[in-house]
Amino acid sequence: MSASIGVSIERIFEVLKNVKDPEIDSVSIIDLGMVAEVIVEGNNVKITLLPTFLGCPALEFIKMNTVNAVLKLPKVEAVEVEFVFHPPWTSDRITEQGHVNLKKFGIAPPPRYLEEDGSWHVDCAYCGSSYVSMENIFGPTACRSILYCKSCKNVFEAMKPVSTLM
Amino acid sequence: MSTTENSMSAEYKEAITHLLFQLADDDFLYAFRGSEWLGLAPHIEEDVASSSISQDSMGHAAMFYHLLEDLGVGKADDLAHLRPAQDRNNSILTERVNGEGYYMETPQYDWAYQVVRSYFYTQAKKVKVDSLCHSSYKPVAEVAIKVKMELYYHKLHWETWFKQLMSSTDVAKKKMNDAITVVMNDFGDVFSFGNLKPKIESNNLLDSEEEMKKRWHASIGPVFEALQMEEPAIPNHPVMNGRNGEHTKDLDEALLTLSEVYKLDPVAVW
Repeated sequence: MSASIGVSIERIFEVLKNVKDPEIDSVSIIDLGMVAEVIVEGNNVKITLLPTFLGCPALEFIKMNTVNAVLKLPKVEAVEVEFVFHPPWTSDRITEQGHVNLKKFGIAPPPRYLEEDGSWHVDCAYCGSSYVSMENIFGPTACRSILYCKSCKNVFEAMKPVSTLM
Repeated sequence: MSTTENSMSAEYKEAITHLLFQLADDDFLYAFRGSEWLGLAPHIEEDVASSSISQDSMGHAAMFYHLLEDLGVGKADDLAHLRPAQDRNNSILTERVNGEGYYMETPQYDWAYQVVRSYFYTQAKKVKVDSLCHSSYKPVAEVAIKVKMELYYHKLHWETWFKQLMSSTDVAKKKMNDAITVVMNDFGDVFSFGNLKPKIESNNLLDSEEEMKKRWHASIGPVFEALQMEEPAIPNHPVMNGRNGEHTKDLDEALLTLSEVYKLDPVAVW
């Protein structure tokens, strides 16, 4: 095997940190926990990604941007990117850094826990107040909800929690 | 994928193919009818919610068509857009128009009908998807686990509307009850597998028609009880069975609109 002259997995992960969500450009696909596996065989790279929401129109762009980003690495000859459904993407795959970067965009990160009745609470993405109300569980994209902060009087968004317990 | 395909018996492949067409065509038409409400929903927040649900549902249809593509049945986009009405396997309920009139002109759509159709359909879809999570066909089970998470929000949404309108004014209640009658008249083929029933059920692709009907009743039971209403019955024999390619003219009309752009240039890259 020619693994020694191949591409390092670390370098690929570095590059993937710069592949952003086209609709939330402060977070990367690493932040969102969308990268399931990276396999390097010599100069060929295979990456499997997990789709967040099935009808998300950004998925094809993410795939294209991933291929183009990794192809720029020296020694990489071919890149294959595939979406798989197992394991299912859940919102707890979003990293700590992802939580920080979502807030930079004015989006509250998804709550870690659901109430027993399935409802959930997040704090304001801008001022951190918990004095907020849910305006619409559905939002401008499939993965977001719209809320209102009664403290700083801002409308803000939150990433919907998605779990296999639902 | 190729190994799964090769080890599959002809009967198994026929059964899973037919089932996937039923699931794909259902969501494809349901999403289309939902999208016709864009700009017409009762208020702006509902416009956002309805569109999001339609987008999710179209995504689910796309996944099922892709599973058919993986089975070598044809290209997903072609399967969605180019099959004539008589080759479609969606239930009659999903193809019905939203009401009188054309959405580009002065439509007289019925919101009560939209709420009842969506709520009953979503509950039925949940019963099927829960069952599909344990399907003998692993690719569909994996997709079902994803669909289930998104469906959670759809069910919450339509159940809220259903309960609120049912607890509202006399006019609202009358409209809702009329809508329940219309929706249930079309409900006979929702849980039907059509002529493929024996093959779909014997291959453990999902639970039997009868079992799923029971679960649908169990899931809506508490809501009807709380509203002090009698549960509607699912007709035993559908007047028309969409699973066998029997359809109304509403489907022809929907396909004409839906596929108009795709047919202009079938080789365009989307």
